[in-house]
Amino acid sequence: MAIGKTAIEAVGVTKIFQSSGQDSLKALDNVSVTIGENEFFTLLGPSGCGKTTLLRLIAGFDFPTDGQILLHGKDIAPLPPFQRPVNTVFQNYALFPHMTVGQNIGFGLEMQGKPKAQVEARVAEMLRLVQMEELKNRRTSQISGGQQQRVALARALAPEPKVLLLDEPLSALDYKLRKEMQIELKRLQNETGITFIFVTHDQEEALTMSDRIAVMSKGQILQVGSPRDIYDRPAVRFVANFIGETNFLEGKVVSTAKGQAKIALDAGTTITASLGDGAKPSGKVTVVVRPEHASLVAASGKATLSGKLENIVYFGTDTHYHVKLHGGSEFTVRHQNVHAGALAFEKGDKVGVLFGADAARVLRD
Amino acid sequence: MATPREIAVAAERQDIRNRWLLSSPALVIIALAAIGPLFVMLLYSFMLKGDYGDVKAWQFSSDGWFGVFLQRDIFDDTLTLADAHVTIFWRSVKLSLMTTVVTLFLGFPTAYFIATRPAKQRDIWLFLVTIPFWTNILIRTFAMQEVIRNEGIVNSAMIWIGIIDAPIQIMYTDWAILFGMAYVYLPLMVLPLYASMEKIDFRLVEAGYDLYATRLQVLRRIIIPLVKPGIIAGSILVFIPSLGAYVTPRVLGGGKNMMLGNLIELQFGQGRNWPLGAALSITLMIIVTLALLVYVKNASKSGGGHG
Repeated sequence: MAIGKTAIEAVGVTKIFQSSGQDSLKALDNVSVTIGENEFFTLLGPSGCGKTTLLRLIAGFDFPTDGQILLHGKDIAPLPPFQRPVNTVFQNYALFPHMTVGQNIGFGLEMQGKPKAQVEARVAEMLRLVQMEELKNRRTSQISGGQQQRVALARALAPEPKVLLLDEPLSALDYKLRKEMQIELKRLQNETGITFIFVTHDQEEALTMSDRIAVMSKGQILQVGSPRDIYDRPAVRFVANFIGETNFLEGKVVSTAKGQAKIALDAGTTITASLGDGAKPSGKVTVVVRPEHASLVAASGKATLSGKLENIVYFGTDTHYHVKLHGGSEFTVRHQNVHAGALAFEKGDKVGVLFGADAARVLRD
Repeated sequence: MATPREIAVAAERQDIRNRWLLSSPALVIIALAAIGPLFVMLLYSFMLKGDYGDVKAWQFSSDGWFGVFLQRDIFDDTLTLADAHVTIFWRSVKLSLMTTVVTLFLGFPTAYFIATRPAKQRDIWLFLVTIPFWTNILIRTFAMQEVIRNEGIVNSAMIWIGIIDAPIQIMYTDWAILFGMAYVYLPLMVLPLYASMEKIDFRLVEAGYDLYATRLQVLRRIIIPLVKPGIIAGSILVFIPSLGAYVTPRVLGGGKNMMLGNLIELQFGQGRNWPLGAALSITLMIIVTLALLVYVKNASKSGGGHG
């Protein structure tokens, strides 16, 4: 997606948590990122990578040690949360237990001092949007987890924030409900036109919902791009490893030309792999190949690599073939199952692995 | 032949009989320790007072109950309102309410402070709050006297700073009793408040800030409603013993600023009027019960409690 006007911009944001006496923890290390208006932007990473910290800085629950957070070009970092046109959907929903569903949704508007009639109208509108009109007067303890999730969304959307922050909002739901809510969230984002910043550690969730993803690790953003970019063209080893399954091949650069490089693998073979924009690697590198981008062929001179078929694992929609390459490393090939039947290979066969230069990618380490 | 229905009814009857049998030890203890003494007290309040204390057994009279609010003139036997007793009742209720309010205002921030500390530190703060509790109440009250008497810490400090020229008389006033009781009963307010606050999910507070509520609005709309069970429990725990307080008004209030506890003690001691003492005790109990009923009714009406 093309980035239109900028909604949120983080400039050189660093956050250090001082723990008494011991080492201080650097949760964010000089992070800069630009998030466009009406964008579904996902912060993806393992726990402790700093994604929630970044979200809390944008919400105003914590303040950055260094750097700026701009909302439409204005620095909001020093403002308390109740002065920011930004709302949050919390991981555990944080619904007020002493209020009804309707009172929860109207709370933000009421605090903004909106007239009662306007609050009522907006609450009714939000209940319609999340399809919960008949539950308005229920207590929040009397509704299911999925319904609580919808109330949390409606409550955060009711004051029409410029940016909606979502902190792993689907993690407490079961698989089926999570799938439904993913679609629901996408629909709400389209209908409201609000910028969504979504925090998750679930790569599948990130890939299916986001316009763009920022992959984070150890307080830094490693790569920002569309789901396809991130999956097909990972820039660093961490990204390739964290998202989807990947084969890693170690080798040395022999020569580079026109965005491609010849790599002499440690096992002896030389392969051609594509390079990231403007990358000029040399010396030892890692090459990644997605299991579904390679195919299994009979052992012959045509094959890119060769080895012995160690194991066949059937997954329903596809089958994984585990190959032990000459030189000792493992390589997985994923093959889509078709009605005609499985590939004619058996455990122990000598096989070849075939992939093109565009399927293999040289990583920045 | 018994039908299944008859068998079921018989089984249920047997079950009920067994339950009564099994709970009989508890029932005996309740009867002996709680209901029995109360009954004795009620009986004593309706008997003639003895000449040297005690009562004249089985000689019934309503003099004790008359004496609660009325007095008989020594010379012409006319009945008038016992001003002294009314004053003492009013002082007791007033000072107990004030003590409850003062401890609530002091205890709320204290409990909030403790509840927002890291989990490990909380136990230390709670420990500090409860320490005075283990000290004899008489000693605590004398400590308060040391603070507020004319040559005490407060007066000396204010004279030294130059706010006042001569010491302010605090001892032997209602204020002295109020300070004393607030100090003595503060832990009873802090502990239930803390117990309620500790259960609060502080993400709710963040959610409040996130939804444009200022600090004051978060306190009023989120924290106080969630802590309400603690406020009610703390208020009951402070109000009831304040109403019957004996040591604090005796030491800090002197002889003339009596409270109900002192009045009752007087009847059983120097007054040698046990029936009046018993009637006063029961009156105190009725006031406490009424106060509790009002609280419980309010609490259940507003739903109080979490979720």
